[in-house]
Formats: sequence, structure tokens, C-alpha cells
Amino acid sequence: MTATATENSTGVNYLNVQYGIRSWLLTTDHKRIALLYLASITFFFLIGGISAVLIRIHLIEPQGALLQPATYNKMFSMHGIVMIFFFLIPSIPATMGNFLIPMMVGARDLAFPRINLLSWYIYVVAGLFTVYALIAGGVDTGWTFYTPLSTTYANGQVMAAALGVFIAGFSSILTGLNFIVTIHKMRAPGLTWSRLPLFVWAMYATSVIQVLGTPVVAVAIVLVGLERMFQVGVFDPALGGDPILFQHLFWFYSHPAVYIMILPSMGVVSELVTCFSKKRIFGYHFIAYSSLAIAAISFLVWGHHMYVSGQSVYASLVFSALSFAVAIPSAIKVFNWTATLYKGSVSYDSPMIYALGFIGLFTMGGLTGMFLASLATDIHLHDTYFVIAHFHYIMVGGALMGYLGGLHFWWPKITGRLYPDAWARFAALVIFIGFNLTFFPQFVVGYLGMPRRYAVYPEEFQVLNIMSSAGASILGVGYVIPLIYLIWSMRYGPAAGPNPWGATGLEWQTPSPPPTENFEQLPVVTEDAYEYGSKEAHVV
Amino acid sequence: MWSGFPLRPEQASTIAQGIDQLYFFLTAITLFFTFVIFTAIFYFAIRYRRKAKGEIPGQIEGSLPLEIFWSAVPLVLVVVIFVWSSSLFISNSRPPEAATEIFVIGKQWMWQLQHPDGAREINELHVPVGKPIKLTMTSEDVIHDFFIPAFRVKKDVVPGRYTSLWFEATKTGRFHLFCGQYCGVNHALMIGSVVVMEPEEYERWLSGSRKAETMAASGAQLYERFACITCHGAGKAPPFNDFYMSQVKLSDGSTVVANEEYIRESILYPSAKIHAGYDPIMPTFKGQISEEQLLQLIAFIKSLGPQERKSE
Ligand code: HEC
Ligand code: HEM
Ligand SMILES: [Cu+2]
Ligand SMILES: [Cu+2]
Repeated sequence: MTATATENSTGVNYLNVQYGIRSWLLTTDHKRIALLYLASITFFFLIGGISAVLIRIHLIEPQGALLQPATYNKMFSMHGIVMIFFFLIPSIPATMGNFLIPMMVGARDLAFPRINLLSWYIYVVAGLFTVYALIAGGVDTGWTFYTPLSTTYANGQVMAAALGVFIAGFSSILTGLNFIVTIHKMRAPGLTWSRLPLFVWAMYATSVIQVLGTPVVAVAIVLVGLERMFQVGVFDPALGGDPILFQHLFWFYSHPAVYIMILPSMGVVSELVTCFSKKRIFGYHFIAYSSLAIAAISFLVWGHHMYVSGQSVYASLVFSALSFAVAIPSAIKVFNWTATLYKGSVSYDSPMIYALGFIGLFTMGGLTGMFLASLATDIHLHDTYFVIAHFHYIMVGGALMGYLGGLHFWWPKITGRLYPDAWARFAALVIFIGFNLTFFPQFVVGYLGMPRRYAVYPEEFQVLNIMSSAGASILGVGYVIPLIYLIWSMRYGPAAGPNPWGATGLEWQTPSPPPTENFEQLPVVTEDAYEYGSKEAHVV
Repeated sequence: MWSGFPLRPEQASTIAQGIDQLYFFLTAITLFFTFVIFTAIFYFAIRYRRKAKGEIPGQIEGSLPLEIFWSAVPLVLVVVIFVWSSSLFISNSRPPEAATEIFVIGKQWMWQLQHPDGAREINELHVPVGKPIKLTMTSEDVIHDFFIPAFRVKKDVVPGRYTSLWFEATKTGRFHLFCGQYCGVNHALMIGSVVVMEPEEYERWLSGSRKAETMAASGAQLYERFACITCHGAGKAPPFNDFYMSQVKLSDGSTVVANEEYIRESILYPSAKIHAGYDPIMPTFKGQISEEQLLQLIAFIKSLGPQERKSE
């Protein structure tokens, strides 16, 4: 790409242009809003993390080492609700998406800067409801809110938590709309769709899912609320409702939602793999279109969460076939990323370590998805720890690794500072080891028959649970290390310069941290994304 | 040493082995591809590591033949797995004709089981080895899930409807019974055992624990107590001889099969479907009849034939 990196002559950037709390709370700068989100989701990651720690300590003993069953149930419910709706779903879109999309398309801001700020406030209000639910006694429905448990039988702050999720959905919808319009309307001259960075493609697919799927779960939650408060019979058969209807509505959103969590990470990894092997991405169009294919198919597979619910055999067969279909675009991505390394100039900077970790763990998560898409085996594995292991491989091994990789990659751009890369590589390694030790044993214990959401369990599962808890303590350390050196770097890190990694992409052609307006002159694009080196790329 | 560290759960039903074979096939595929990807990543990362700052490798755009190759290989594989798994699933989901029917009621937080001859148990299910057993299940409150890992069977137990599952045990012994679906505070305590016995032993157990009358007999008493008899069999309402699993013509012209679900609905929501040629005069018994009594009435109606479908 062509715009030349300008040294920031004036020294004014989006961080130091104004000071004071008001300048943050009333900002419409997409970069500042991204940081507001970064702080808020980090807060929720800590809450989710603390509950995870308590869960793993509790499960060291078969009778439960720490908590009453009721408290244990509240712990895993809070863990799921917070991690999914308040950390993973907003994670990459609201932070890196917000920060980078305008810069990557060569614009001065998102299409609707005020709506962008509004979506953060909505998120905060939603978060307050959730924190209230936590403090005022907790919820014990699980993150899935299955009826009629959630509508008629569960005690606790179900309404507050459900409202939190409901409201957070609007924040997600608004962010998605903002991105879609920005990507359609605000691309720099010359930036055609097939020149867009793959991160933008991935965010586009994600936004489409957010806008189309979220209203459905909102409806489901409203219905839960109506039934819980006014005994309107929708889900509870005692009131003339259908309990399975809720699962259809819930998974119609929540299966696509798992792709809201993973697609952005896939986008990040595409950026990282190219930059740290100094090569064009292998099969640009295959990676871009596979994101769209995943987004489309993801709306048609929700029934794979309901194979044992009494759903008809034929419905299960169709859902199974479609679920297997998702595996193919996922596999295409993995192969293309790996092929990008071929004959590259591979460096081992910390973002790359995270990216390679992502590819490996996502591969395992996707392959174990086949055990669950397959009807005969899922009957046994459903609602056991196997499912827990599967989705943690994807959501923690995949999505969270991608998030951390992206954070490390763009941190110099965001803060203008470098962090100690040796520590960062060490942390990535600790996380990789801790992660596998935590979650691999859960595949085994799940296959052996240990059900999920059990506060006490038969003794024969203890060894594997202890392994898992031991791994979790390593994993926990792995997450604390980046927290420390990243905060440290904000003050003490050496200045990064506009483009420390030698990456292509418009965001690297402006100073770090960027000025409020992103670019002094709006760029004109004349090249494809990832033009590393000579222009004569060839097809093998 | 491995006995304390098993790699697969005990196989104690006719379907367990088939499922484990598929499981191990999938494991092999997973290991293979994980190995391929990890090896490729390590090999490329080391072989093509950056040797000089600022070096610019040759650029590669992509490769259509490779894309086709690595789309086709997974495609073929998932088709194979899908066909294998689905045919196993279809044959596993059909209960054998001769299965003995046992009724299950789940409630927070216990399992109540009823044998056709009236024997009842809580959180424990005694069954004979080598005989197909069909469970007809419902819940009194939230959704539960009947899960026996050693048999590789699992099915949700849903309020307001009947679900069913079947198995044939191949080994005597005591096996875990878990509630698989999170159902509230004591979900983890909604557990029990399945006790598989030699048939003679099972007969002995049955006669020892038979305190009540058969389910059909209890149903017959209810049939009188709730005065069903004043309409049914008195010309005002359809008779129940040879009724179970027959085709019922409805007033809107459609037909339904008179299975458990239909009988249940007719008793709780009589106006939902009207038998053609009869007036909709049947009152609802919702709120007056418990889940257990419903099952007994159904057992009674089933006992009126047809003969071959009668639960033994
Ligand atoms: C006041 C008369 C009356 C009483 C009492 C009554 N029924 Fe009915 N029932 C009917 C009529 C009339 C029909 C057919 C019309 C319809 O489908 O609602 C019927 C239909 C049924 C059906 C569906 C049969 C079919 O062919 O569609 C079942 C099952 C049934 N009743 C069971 C019972 C049971 C069990 C009781 C006692 C607990 C009972 N009924 C009490 C009048 C009655
Ligand atoms: C590669 C293709 C994938 C396939 C074939 C697949 C398949 C499945 C299936 C069939 C289930 C239901 C299992 C059960 O409950 O019995 C499941 C559960 C789950 N999967 Fe995947 N999956 C895939 C990818 C993903 C991705 C990318 C994510 C997330 C980023 C994900 C997250 C989840 C979650 C969260 C659950 C469990 C939800 C719950 O019950 O709480 N999966 N997966
Ligand atoms: Cu899903
Ligand atoms: Cu339960």
C-alpha cells in the first residue's frame, strides 16, 4: 500500500490530545472507545477468571473441596455468562475491530461515531445488571437459561442476569451495524473488496451474524422474562408452553454466536501469519470466502445441540450433515495459514507464537467438533466434559489466543510502546502448556462419562480432574504475566515507531499512537493487501 | 496400572462397541491431522526461519489444485463419517419390538422407576441381562436427562411429553446412572445405578419387591375412580379395545396414531384433537391426575389390546 509513514511532527496523538475523565467518557474517537472497551472487558475477564479458579479448586475433590452445590452452580453460571456475553463476544470486535477497522479501510472514524460511544454505554449498563445479579445473590441457570428451569424453578437473580444479556445484545448489534456500514461506505479510494485485509473480511462476516442473530436471542430472553414474571405460558408445559421451543430460539443465535467469537480471531491470525512470515496470504479468496461460508452455514446447524432432546431422527440427520459441512471451510483456513509459512521468512515474535498456537489448538477444537456433529457418538458425549473440552479448545485455545496475539501485535500501535518480547514469548508458552494440561484431560473424563455441571462426582474421575486443576493454575499464571508487562510497558516501554513489525496495512502507515484523525492525508490504495516484497507473486 | 486410568468407559450394552469403534476412528483422524498440522508448522517455522533482518522471500499467491485437494479430502472424510455415524444412529434409535417397557419419572432431584408389573424403585433400576428394555420417560418439573455411560445411551426427560430410549445390557453388574441435563441445585445428586442381573435373579428380585399391583391394574382402578367409564364404553365416547397404536380419524379430517403422547394429550387437553364423530364433551383432567397416574392409565389402555402390542 502506498501512503507513506509520516513521523508525527507535532507529537499530538489520540491519547494526549486531551486529558481528564470527561474527555474519555464523552469521546467519539473510535480509538478511545476501543480502549474504554478494552478496560471493561478486561474487568469482566477477571470476574470470569476468578469464578473459573473457584470452579477448578472445588473440583479437586470428588465431594467438592470448596463450595456448596448451590454456590458451585452460581459459579459456573456466572463464569459462562460473563465469559461469553461480556468478554468473548465483544472481545476482538469491540477493541481491535473498533480501533483498526477505520484505519484499515483508510477512514477517519467509523460511520457512526456517536452510536459507537452509545454501544459502549449500553454495554456498561448491561454489565451493571450482571454485576448486580452477581452481588445480589447470583444466578444458577447456567449461561444457557434452559426453560422451564429458568422461568419457573430457579431462584436467584435470573431477571437481572437475563436483562444484562438482553441489553448487551443491543451493544453488539450496534457495533455490527457500524462496522458493516463503515466497510461498505468508507473504504479509501482504490481499496476494493479484494484488497481488504482479511481481518476486515472476518469482521464483516462477524458483524452480519451479530446483526441477524442477536435479535432472536433477545426475543427468547424477553419471553423468558414474560413467563417468569407474569406466568405467560410460552415454555413451561405446566402453563401450556413448550420447553424445547426455548432451545431452538437460544441455539439459533448461540450457535452462530460461537462464530462471533472465533471469526475475529481467524481474521487476526491471517494478519499475523502474513506479517511474521513476510509473505502474502496463501489463498486470499479462499480465506475470505470461507469466513462468509462459515457465517452462512452457522445459521443452519443449531439442532446439533439438541440431538438428545427428543428432536426427530430426520431433523437430527439434517443438522448433523450441515454441521459436518462447517468443518470444510474451517479446514480450508487452517491449511491456507499453514501454507503461508512455506518458503516465508518466519520470525518468532510473540504475536506469531500466539498465532501458531491458535492454529494448532483450533485444529484440535475443530476436529473434536466432528465427534459431536456425529450423531452416534454425540449421544454419549453430549453434556459431558467432552463438550466442555471441545469448546474451550476453540474459544480459549482459539479465540482467546487470537485475541492475545492481536493485542500483542497492535499494542505498539495502540500505545506507541513496545513490551518486553521475551516475556511475551514466555507467557505464550506458559499459556499453551497450561491450556493443554487443563483441557486435554477433560476430553478423556468426558468420554469416560463425567457429566458437565456436576458439583460432586464419582471418585474414579478424580485423577483427571486434579490434572485439569493443576493445568488451570499454570494457565492462570500465564494470563497474569501479560497483564503485568503490558501495563508496565505503557509507562516504561521503549517507543515503538510507526511500524515495528514491518507490516503492510494502512494502520501501520500512520504514527504510533495515531493522531485523532488517523491520517494526515487520507490514503489512496494501489496494491493488494500483504504486498510483501517483489510484486511478481506467482501461483504454484 | 491402567485399570485405575481407563481410556474408555466400560462397554455393557449391545451398542457400546459400535460407538466405540467410531469413536476410535474419529480419534485416529484427529491424531493424524493434528500431527500433520503440527509437523508442518514446526517444519516450516524452523526450515524457513528468518535468517537476516529485512530479507524478502519470494511471494506465492496460492494454488488452485492445492485448494481443491485440501477441500476434497475433508469432504470425503466427513461424508464417510456422516454415513457411518448416521446409519449407526438410525439403527440404534429403533427399539426392538419385544422390548420390555419400564416407565421413568424424573423430578428435582430423583428418579422414580416403575416396572410394568408394579414394582417401583427410586434412583435404582434393576434390569435383566440380554433382554431389550425400553424406557418411556417424562418429568414432573424441569428437563432432566437419563444417561447411562456404560450403555452409551442418553435422552432428555422433558416435562409435558414422553421421550424414550432403549438398551440391551450385555453384562451383569452395577453401572452409573446420571442426570445429564442441568436441572437445578442438586443436579449432581440426581444420580443412581443401573443393576443388571441374570434373568432368574431378576425374576426373584421382581417377586420380592412386588408390593403393589401391576401398572395396568392401578390404571383400571383410576379409570373407574375418575369415571372415565361413564362415557368411554357407554357410547358417548370412543371405546378403548384395540385402541393403542391404532389410526384415529380426527374431526378436522386428519389422522393420528394413538400413541402414549396422544393419549396423554387427550386426557390433559381433550379439546386439542377431537375424535371424528364424537362431541367434544370430555372434561380436562389437568391438575387432577399426576404423571404417575397418567402412566398407569396409559398402561391400562394399552392392556386392552391389540394383543401383540400389549406390554408384557
Ligand atoms: C364426559 C365424558 C367423558 C369422560 C368422563 C372422559 N372422556 Fe375421554 N373422551 C370423551 C369423548 C367424547 C372423546 C372423543 C372426543 C375427543 O376426542 O375429545 C374422548 C376421547 C378420549 C381419548 C382419545 C380417544 C380417541 O379415540 O381419540 C382418550 C385417550 C380419553 N378420552 C381418555 C379418557 C380418560 C382416561 C378418562 C378418565 C380419566 C376420560 N377419557 C374421561 C368423553 C369423556
Ligand atoms: C469446526 C466445526 C465445529 C463443529 C462441527 C462443532 C460441533 C459442535 C457440536 C455438535 C456441539 C454440540 C455438542 C453437544 O452439546 O452435545 C458443539 C458444542 C459447542 N461448540 Fe462446537 N463445533 C465446531 C466449532 C465450534 C466453534 C468455532 C466454536 C466457538 C468458537 C464452538 C463452540 C461450541 C460451544 C460453546 C459448544 C457448547 C455449548 C454448550 O452446550 O454450552 N464450536 N460443537
Ligand atoms: Cu453449535
Ligand atoms: Cu439434572
